[in-house]
Amino acid sequence: MQIYLPIAELPVSIFLILGMAAAVGFISGMFGVGGGFLMTPLLVFLGIPPAVAVATGAAQIAAASTTSVLSYWRRKALDVKLGSFLAVGGMVGTVLGVMFFNAMRRAGYFELVLVVSYVTLLGSVGGMMLFESVRATFFPSRVKPKRPKRADGRWWFETLPAPITFPQSGLVISIVPVLALGVFIGFAGAVLGIGGGFIVVPALIYFFRVPSAVVVGTSLWQILLTMMVATVLHTVTNQSVDIVLALILIVGSVIGAQFGTRAGQTLRGEHFRLLLAVLVFGVAVRFAIEIIVRPVEPFSVVQQEARQ
Amino acid sequence: MTVRRWLGAAWLAGALLASGPALAERLITSVSASRVLITSSYTGAELVLFGAIERDGVSISRSGTYDIVVTVKGPAGLFTVREKQRFGPFWVNAEQAKYAEVPGYFAMHSSRALSEVTSEPLRERFQLGLEQMVAARGGAGQSPQRIQTFHEALIRLKKDSRLFQANDRGVVFLAPNLFRAAISLPATAPLGNYEALAQLFADGALLATEKSDFEVVKTGFEARVAQAAFGQPFFYGVVTVLLALGFGWLSHYAFRRD
Repeated sequence: MQIYLPIAELPVSIFLILGMAAAVGFISGMFGVGGGFLMTPLLVFLGIPPAVAVATGAAQIAAASTTSVLSYWRRKALDVKLGSFLAVGGMVGTVLGVMFFNAMRRAGYFELVLVVSYVTLLGSVGGMMLFESVRATFFPSRVKPKRPKRADGRWWFETLPAPITFPQSGLVISIVPVLALGVFIGFAGAVLGIGGGFIVVPALIYFFRVPSAVVVGTSLWQILLTMMVATVLHTVTNQSVDIVLALILIVGSVIGAQFGTRAGQTLRGEHFRLLLAVLVFGVAVRFAIEIIVRPVEPFSVVQQEARQ
Repeated sequence: MTVRRWLGAAWLAGALLASGPALAERLITSVSASRVLITSSYTGAELVLFGAIERDGVSISRSGTYDIVVTVKGPAGLFTVREKQRFGPFWVNAEQAKYAEVPGYFAMHSSRALSEVTSEPLRERFQLGLEQMVAARGGAGQSPQRIQTFHEALIRLKKDSRLFQANDRGVVFLAPNLFRAAISLPATAPLGNYEALAQLFADGALLATEKSDFEVVKTGFEARVAQAAFGQPFFYGVVTVLLALGFGWLSHYAFRRD
């Protein structure tokens, strides 16, 4: 069954999109990631204009994370304070990101920026996580107790000025790295149509040593807040959010996310990290192949957008 | 008396001919729909252009056959064709050529091969053929040697998505002076005003032309959504977010186990 998308201006198969959204929702619920890093490329692959895919993805991520946040909220497995601080930084980053996004779109470099950013970001995060988790899974004896570059066992950035207490996570940390992480995630989210969960989760685990129990919930809470802002910013600045596409994605992904959340709870910690690492790294490799292998059709055609 | 009446009629016909166009043939065309409406089930549209060749009774009939060329043009835009080249280990967009005023949809239907319809210089002048149409719109930013590759790439890519079409058998004669051409719009054809131009050729010479128009517009729900997105973007954004939150909340309770 085909349905015409009013903003993307093309018809799509409703069941194909629903199925895709359910699959991405499953992964998103399982790992506490928004799933945008899978959804955006899939939509682009189906012929949705990249700008619409990125902007509409933000709305879908907001919906998927609402469902998951409620689940974690009930189990008190989320640090509202930490997530909110990250989101404040995230909003600044989102504004910057949407501005950058629009500038690149006008200049015609958007596709290239998208691919290169995906490869760098997913490749580095995925590679790092993969390395860590392969070591932890297969050679547990060799893993030295993580860390301390300093005598007191803290990273240098944790003791920057303006410390804040996050009771839920049992954390006392400077506000600076928290906000900086938020800005970075907001920026990446707006440009790449991703929630940034795959950056927040490892960052909270490796750098901030947030207890595993609250990491996923906190990340989702921050994603929810950031994506709400991103959606409105995208509609106001470039009118590329397709509400019909968003609705199909939302319905598919919230259903998928339910099953994913349950599946995720049965996973062991190190396996969880290994699977997520493989997933993230896999997407990076897929993108890298796209720009490394000789293209079948070296030519592409784009229509210059009318400027207001 | 009868003779005088006949003379009078002949004089009148002569006067009409002198005041009207000098050509003996006239084209009358009509497109099956003046408006293509995009609804939520839109997957493209099929239209038909009907045409008649009207001849005045005075001029002597031609020995050769008529040829009809029907050109359908959608809203024009500026297109950039980019070529990926090796740059270190990566394939990135390197060279590019720009084409101004290229129709977003372009279909050329003819009753037989365009090379048989008319001569090469006339084909170039009237831009009969995809190559001729594209070549006339430049390819700014490329050397003359490479330009052909870019022309071909633009045509190939547009043809793949059915936004450019060429059909040597696209115009069918139903009777010696009555013809039909099927216009097929893919779902991705741009919205806006379309022009269908019919040209009548005989023995390689252009005898008459006739234009008809139609438009492709969103309607109903699709139109209201687009209007909201562009007219009240903030409101549209807030509604989208509320929808997302609502569905997220709903599914949490719908699927809750505890």
